[in-house]
Formats: sequence, structure tokens, C-alpha cells
Amino acid sequence: MTQVGVVMLVHTALHRAEQVIRNWVKSGCPVVVHVDAKVNKARYDKFVSAVSDMPDVTFSSRHKCEWGTWGIVAATQEASEKILRDHPSVTHVYLASGSCLPLRPVDELHDYLAERPRVDFIESATTADVPWTVGGLDHERFTLRFPFSWKTQRQLFDFYVDLQRRVKFKRKIPKGIVPHMGSQWWCLTRQTLSAILEDPDRPTYDRYFKKVWIPDESYFQTLSRLYSPNVESRSLTLSKFDFQGKPHIFYDDHLQLLRRSDCFVARKIWPHANRLYDAFLGPSAGLKAAEPNPGKIDRIFARAVDRRTRGRAGLYMQSRFPNQDWENGVTCGPYSMFEGFTELFEDFEPWLAKATGARVHGHLFAPERVEFEGRQSTFVGALSDCPKLRDYNTRSFLRSLVWNTRGERQCFQFGPHDTQDISWDVARDPNAQISVISGAWAVPLFQSNRNFADLREEAARLQRIESEHLLALRAIYTKARVRIWTMAEFIESPMEALQTVVDEITGKNVRRLTQAPRMVDLTGFGQFLQNLKNQGMHPYLMGDFPVDPVATNEPRSARKPYLVR
Amino acid sequence: MGLWRSYRLRVQRRRWLVRALRKRHELTPIADRTSQIRKSDILLVSTLRNEDVRLPYFLKYYRDLGVNHFLMIDNDSDDGGREYLADQSDVSLWSTGKSYKRSRFGIDWVNWLLMRYGHGHWTLVVDPDELFVFPFCDTRPIRALTDWLDASSIKSFSAMLLDMYPKGPISAIPYRRGDDPLEIANWFDSGNYAIQRNPSFGNLWIQGGPRARAFFQDNPERAPALNKVPLVKWDRRYAYVSSTHMLLPRGLNLVYDEWGGEKASGILLHTKFLDTLTVKAHEEIARKQHYAASHEYKAYVAGLQDNTDLWCKWSEKYINWRQLEILGLMSKGNWA
Repeated sequence: MTQVGVVMLVHTALHRAEQVIRNWVKSGCPVVVHVDAKVNKARYDKFVSAVSDMPDVTFSSRHKCEWGTWGIVAATQEASEKILRDHPSVTHVYLASGSCLPLRPVDELHDYLAERPRVDFIESATTADVPWTVGGLDHERFTLRFPFSWKTQRQLFDFYVDLQRRVKFKRKIPKGIVPHMGSQWWCLTRQTLSAILEDPDRPTYDRYFKKVWIPDESYFQTLSRLYSPNVESRSLTLSKFDFQGKPHIFYDDHLQLLRRSDCFVARKIWPHANRLYDAFLGPSAGLKAAEPNPGKIDRIFARAVDRRTRGRAGLYMQSRFPNQDWENGVTCGPYSMFEGFTELFEDFEPWLAKATGARVHGHLFAPERVEFEGRQSTFVGALSDCPKLRDYNTRSFLRSLVWNTRGERQCFQFGPHDTQDISWDVARDPNAQISVISGAWAVPLFQSNRNFADLREEAARLQRIESEHLLALRAIYTKARVRIWTMAEFIESPMEALQTVVDEITGKNVRRLTQAPRMVDLTGFGQFLQNLKNQGMHPYLMGDFPVDPVATNEPRSARKPYLVR
Repeated sequence: MGLWRSYRLRVQRRRWLVRALRKRHELTPIADRTSQIRKSDILLVSTLRNEDVRLPYFLKYYRDLGVNHFLMIDNDSDDGGREYLADQSDVSLWSTGKSYKRSRFGIDWVNWLLMRYGHGHWTLVVDPDELFVFPFCDTRPIRALTDWLDASSIKSFSAMLLDMYPKGPISAIPYRRGDDPLEIANWFDSGNYAIQRNPSFGNLWIQGGPRARAFFQDNPERAPALNKVPLVKWDRRYAYVSSTHMLLPRGLNLVYDEWGGEKASGILLHTKFLDTLTVKAHEEIARKQHYAASHEYKAYVAGLQDNTDLWCKWSEKYINWRQLEILGLMSKGNWA
């Protein structure tokens, strides 16, 4: 008949350990307890006397169990020997800690093991195949020496590892074993465990593993491969590790999750999680024969680790402020910046909103105010339209805007009139789609009724700013999708250009655009540019415009509002 | 960081500690129950003046979170709050009539109490109008958080100040003693914060929210800082530098991840904008005891006179910490 014996390693929360021990013993499992040598004598004695009413609970001699050192293995070995010797009826040994909590009645565990005779449940994988590394050490934990503590002597630890790497020091792995590692918590059959403990070569292995880093995750995992006819490489203890290699902790609010996981034992339980201890150590429901299914818990913890290591793309906040190029997404979603379109088309904003369904703003970086869609005074996230607030940190402004509206594409206008601080940020953002009609800023000047000397000066200023901006867009760091047309190029075939941009925004090419935005009347624009030239200012960004009335590919009748193809 | 700068910061830290030592004479114990403090207790330190109306809810809120002992500094209250506090069995109270401003807005006093009683404890430094929210705070006590921080070798925990405000004029609904201020001030700005790094102390400098939006449109650089590190596993060598915005040694300010990940963080719900502010703002201006020539309070008075409504159509209504997490104002990090 199957009988599980429990080896329990205890170092804190002794009252909880006692509760769990009672639960094991109640179901007929003998328990050998190892109490960390760091626990002081008074607490140890109190603990021993607290469980003294149970004859099936015995104590093995105490070792100092510092994380990642041999002490834990030595303690496990001795306690295992003791339980095999003192309780001949034990068929399986279950290694548990004081913060492990049985989630299902022990009888179910017995049945489960009885159905799988001679199977050893121990997670055991070769180092080459798993990404479990702490401190950048995987295979090296078997080939270097680790005399210093990782927790308390980190500098020495790192220095010594580095030194060994430099001098190419390598320990020899004893013949016949292939290093494996895996969860510290296992359930082995008497046959396998005794074979490991009684191996004539054990002194060799022990000597070797004493200097291996974190031997508790590799000693039994490696040696069981030598003797077990049937290794089932998974642990019956649900135990998840985060990216620093420390176990995730379970709290009261995990109760339902743990219930549904159908795992036999879970680790690590927060000692103050009263609800969990009450629920699982109390009277149990009827027996089920379910297979452990920790999938949902796995996903929750994997997500947590992902949040800690990769975070949410495009989020900048009090506890996430990535260095440049480490953002994993400069902003959180795609957005579009249009330059020169509102200058060239009278109704570009409503037209674009209709054609794409995106949120279309005016010049967000205009010096007078932030031109949110519909010229609202605040926008999503309570962003203010105050230009000073925006200019105080334009980078935060844009990132916030895109973050606040995640799920909805933002389009906005930009031009040489606007605050230019964001040029480089936008250019290196793969989420940005930038469409530029260069030189279109001249159109409002052309339409305005200002003195020519002012116009000339203004034109020169805007041209200087825009050419600098274009430099950013053409730089080698640029990751945005940039399209730049000169104004002359663009008006030759505006529909084609608009179609490309709109297709990219809507992500499909289902319909041809049937309605074009209304282009401003450019009669005389060529002459206007020529006048600027005559004044010694050379407008080059708009491309070559003939002095004659502007030639589009289709002659426009003055009264016709739409280009319909 | 160069040796020289590192040395300069060390000297600065010593200076704040010496200053805290010197300022300890300004504190008179009213009710000293510090002998009750056990080794693992979580302590709360707070400086206040005429906050009697807030105290019952404040104490209840933090007792429910699992704070074990309150170390309170009363700066010359005359509204009965001192007597009320002195009667509480888990409060140790000191009183001072000395200048709030000259003690660097109370932080010298706080540094002293932390040095004297905080060593080795998790300590939470908050104002009476700040309510601490952390991941899972609806299902786990604060000790769950501090135990997890201990296990993760994290020594300081960030909680950004989030200004809460009512819908409608601030003085429209009176706040009554013992009430939950979040029932009145339950709106906030979800995404208008400007963040930059402070190179000398390594902390983030966060500004924005309704105060920047309503009161500091013309000089946003003067808008109050919102970054705070209120929860620290204290060591007697630590010192708060400027309010709880930053600490020395500067490693404690590294509460944010720089390589793309998110560290766990919380929020301090700032319930300043209640009807009680109107009286307070006038009083504080008269006392001239606040930061930057009480600039902030002057802005409030100017803004409050015409019944400013901080609420706008994009304001977000507060539900719980999960909402703040989804909005990206705080994070669970790898705590699950």
C-alpha cells in the first residue's frame, strides 16, 4: 500500500508549519522535520514541544540552510535517511517546506501515486534546455566554484566568478552524471531515493555538489536520472518563481485559483494568509481524481513577470521610465502626423476623420493653443489645451496623449509654425506615420494680406525650420514611416498620395477614395514664389513651380467643390 | 556617479541628519507610547496642524491597512486635534510651536523621529490628507506588501500623489468629521503628467494633474511635485531631503525601472480639495509657513475665490486600485 512520508524543511513561521504537520499526520503520513540551525534555541524548543503529542513526528539534526548552499541538501539527505530507516512502510518521500500547503486531501495524493507505481515526480532538465538562470549563470553553476554567498557577499561572489572565467577555470564533472536542474520540491519512491543515498559513489558526488551553486536544485535532480526507471519531470508542488528566482507567494485572494488548480501542494503561502490555511486545512470536500492543472496560475505569474521585465509599451509613469532605446515601444500605439495638408486643403481635418475614422486634431503643437479635435479645452486624460503646460514637457504631452487614447488612432497636424521639440522623438518612433508636403506653409503666406517684406522674412524663417525638421525625418535614427512630397510633386497626383496614406491608416485597401478634400485655389502661387525669388529669398522646399497658373493633372473648374473619380 | 559627487551627497545626508538631531529639541512629547512598538511593527509618521476634522477617518483608514503605531507631530493646533490624538492608544504624539518652515516643512522633525524610532521598521510618511493605496490593498494588508518587499530585497516603495477633487465648486459639499473624504472628492486626472529625471538625486520629478492644469498654467515649472517615496524600510542613516519626494542615499530614489519593465508602485490619494481648504488656504498664507513663499496657497486663494471647478469632462471617477493600475498611474510590477 502506498504511504507517503514527508520530509519538511522549516525555517520561519513555525506555527504554520505545525498546522501543516498536523494535517499530514492526521492522514497517516510520518513527518521528519528539519529546522534551520539559524532558528534560536528557545523557538526551536517551543516548536518541538508543540508537536510532541504526535509520535510520528521526529526531528533530524540541524544544518544551517543558507539559500543556494549545500546545507539544504545535507539536511534533506539526513532527514530522508531517517524517514526511510524509521518508517519501513513508507513507499514515497515527499519533500516539502514549512510554507507549503496541501491543497487536496492526502488520500487523493495516495491514490494518485498508487495509480502510477514506481514513478518519481521530480522536475529535472538539462541546463542547455531551460532559461532558468539567476545572475547569468546556467551551465557554469556546475563548472565553477562558489565559496562566497550570493546574498550577503555579492561583490566577492561576482568577482570570483569573473576571475574564474578569465583564467578559464573549469571543474570536472564526475563521470557518469549529466547535470540536471529543476524545482527543489520532489516526491521520490523509496527505491530511487535509497539508491541515491546508498550509492557507493555518493562521497564523490557529495564532494562535487558541495561546490556547485544552488545544489538543492540540482543534486537529486541529477542523481535521480541515474536510478529512476521512470522520471516524471514535474513537481507535484505548485511553486512558481519570478525573474529573480524567488518564489511567488500566495495570499487569501488566490483561494479560488488554488482550489481550481487541483494541485496537491502549493508553495509559498504567506504565513498570515488565514483564509487559505483555514480553507485547505479544514474539513475537505469529496474526493476527486483530477489531474493537477496549474495553467491559470502559471499564466498569472508569467504575466506578472512580463510586466516587471517588459512593462506596458508606451507607458511612462512613476515606476516605469525607460532609458532611450529601452522603451520597448516609444509610444503605445500608431499615430499619424500630417504636415502641410491643412494648408493645401480647406477641409482636410473633417475629410480625414471621415475617410479613416481616426481622431483628427488640428495643430497640437501650435504656439497659441493645443488644437484638440473640436478645439476642446481639455482632452482625454484631462490634458489641457494650455500651450505653456504642453511646452513645459512636450515629450510627456505626446506620450500621454497616445497612451490615454490607446485603441484609437490619433492624427494631428504639424508644421514649421509649431513648437518643434518633438521632431526627433517622433522621427525615431516606429509607431509614427509622418506625411509631409514640404513647402506648403507658403500657401497661407500667399493667401495672407501682409506686407511683402514681412512675408519674405517669415517665409525664410519657416523654410529654415522646416528644412531642419526634414533633416530629423531623414536621419539614420529615423524609425517612423516617413513620406515626404514636395508641394509640386504632391499636387500633380494628390489622390494617389492620399490613398496611400489613408490605406495605411485603415490597414486595408478595400475602397478607392471617392471624395477628395477641397484644395485651395493656387492661381498665382507660382508668381508668388517667383516674387520671393526676385527678392533674393529662395523657396526650394516646395519643388519646382511654374510661374504660370498652377498645372494639376486635371484642369479644375473654379466652381466644382469635389474631385470625383 | 563620480566619487566627488558621491562624497558631496554623503556630506549633504550627514547635514540633514545633524539638523534633525538639532531640531529634536523643538519637539515636546505629549503622549509617548513608543515603548509599545514591537520589532516588526509598521510605523506611520505624520506632521499636522489643525487637521482635527480629518483625524478620525485618517486613523481608521491606516489602522485598517494594518499600520501598528502612529508617530504624530502636532505643529501648534488649536482645534482640539492634539487632545484627540493624545487619547488614542496606538498614537505617540509630539508637539511643537516652532516654525514649520524653519524645520524645512516638518521634514527635520520627521527625520528625527525616523532616526530615533524608525530604524529597522517599515515606515510610512504621509500627511493627514493623503490616503495610501497599493496593489491588492483591498484584499491584502500592508504587511503583505512589506513582507513581499523584504523578500524581494526592495527598500523603498513609490506612491505618486494623485490629486482628488469633487465635481463642482470645492466648497459645495461640506466635509464632516469621520466621513470618507473620497465620497466627496472622488475625481482625478488620469493622464496629464509631465515626468523628468532629476539627475542629482536620481529620482523622477513628476508634475501635472488638476493643480498644474488649473493653477499653474503660466508657470508650469512651479507646479507642485507629485513623486513621493512614502514607504521605506528605514535605517537610521537615511534622510528625507525634501518632503518625501526624495531621499538620501540616492539609491532609495530608484523606485522606477529604466530598462523597460515596471516596478511595483502605489498611489497617495490626495484629498486636499475639500471645503476645508478655503479656510486653510487663507490661514496658511497669513502664517507664511509654506513652500516657495506659500506660492501654492496663493494660487489656490486666487483660484478658489471665483469658485473654480477642477472637474472637467475628461476627469476620471475613482473606483479602486485596479482602475489606477489599468490607467497606468501605478503598477503591480511582478507582485501577483
